[in-house]
Amino acid sequence: MHELPLTEDILRIATQHAAGKPIIAIYLVIGDLTSFVDDAIQFYFDLIAPRTLAEGATLHFRRVAVRFRCRSCETEFAPVNHDWHCPACGALGGEVIAGKEFLVESIEVATEE
Amino acid sequence: MCDTCGCEHGETAHEAAESRRIPVIQKLLSANDQAALENRQHLKAHGITAFNLMSSPGAGKTTLLLATIAALREQTRLGVIEGDTASQVDAEIIAATGTPVVQINTGGGCHLDAPMVHSALHALPLDALDVLFIENVGNLICPVAFDLGQNYKVALLSVPEGHDKPYKYPAIFEAVDVVVVTKADLMPYLDFDLEKFRALVHGLNDTAPVLTLSAKTGEGVADWLAWLGERFV
Ligand SMILES: Nc1nc2c(ncn2[C@@H]2O[C@H](COP(=O)(O)OP(=O)(O)OP(=O)(O)O)[C@@H](O)[C@H]2O)c(=O)[nH]1
Ligand SMILES: [Mg+2]
Ligand SMILES: [Zn+2]
Repeated sequence: MHELPLTEDILRIATQHAAGKPIIAIYLVIGDLTSFVDDAIQFYFDLIAPRTLAEGATLHFRRVAVRFRCRSCETEFAPVNHDWHCPACGALGGEVIAGKEFLVESIEVATEE
Repeated sequence: MCDTCGCEHGETAHEAAESRRIPVIQKLLSANDQAALENRQHLKAHGITAFNLMSSPGAGKTTLLLATIAALREQTRLGVIEGDTASQVDAEIIAATGTPVVQINTGGGCHLDAPMVHSALHALPLDALDVLFIENVGNLICPVAFDLGQNYKVALLSVPEGHDKPYKYPAIFEAVDVVVVTKADLMPYLDFDLEKFRALVHGLNDTAPVLTLSAKTGEGVADWLAWLGERFV
């Protein structure tokens, strides 16, 4: 449900940067810590893209896994399921250094011959 | 049929080859963030400190607000925005205390966003308020993604929900300024492991204190009031 305003944002940003050219693809980067679901974005995109520059454009999702930086020894690691322990020193958790990304990275537009 | 190669796709499939990649690097939800910034400026101009309360449905947000209002109403001018998918139930409970309150119904929407709060601000007597509590829609997942323009974000977790929630909903515990464990009076009946919960929250977020209270018995409420009091401008 909450992907609708987000998808409108994707369309708005892509359209702004396309400068009037048909959009072929939109490249998104979404961290796993955000609550946004690829399928839901695709669902809303298919509803709102028709009759815009992005009609028929392909959405590419690059998901970014969560990574911690240990607060004790600065080792960077990926939490696995419910094991949040630093593999180097055993401390629990860490500063989140990846997984919060949430952006339009680039778009691909058609160019005239 | 396509003239170029006789395929079924028509000419457009071939035009796709003539394309150009444009770098964008633009954060999503910027429209919400812009509205949140305006709310923040608006609140600041009126000297109001705002708290965004987030939790699962039924964790005890409204009940804690009632206890907070009862304790602070004599010395602090409080206002409340109630967010729910439907009904005025929570707003009526707050209004019965004489506290200015605006109900937002999201009509099925799972979180408040900054434009909704903007409209609600215009329905409140801002000049007559020092503190604003925004009770978000009961949901541990998406509210935290939407900045409302609050000064502080508060997560509540009730004892019956279990101590493992940071594993399943890390985003909210990572992002808030304080975590309040509610319904502490139920501890004897459940296997909630407070130390484990505290360790998980601090694993994600080493600056948010974890407070424990029961709005029913009043146990621990003083710690919450002290945390709040340090943040009023
Ligand atoms: N035992 C006990 N029950 C509580 C406590 N605080 C709240 N409750 C009960 O929990 C239920 C839900 O409380 P609410 O305050 O309505 O919860 P909420 O988070 O506002 O719920 P929504 O607005 O629907 O998301 C009510 O029946 C409360 O009486 C508490 O400290 N102890
Ligand atoms: Mg409530
Ligand atoms: Zn370590």
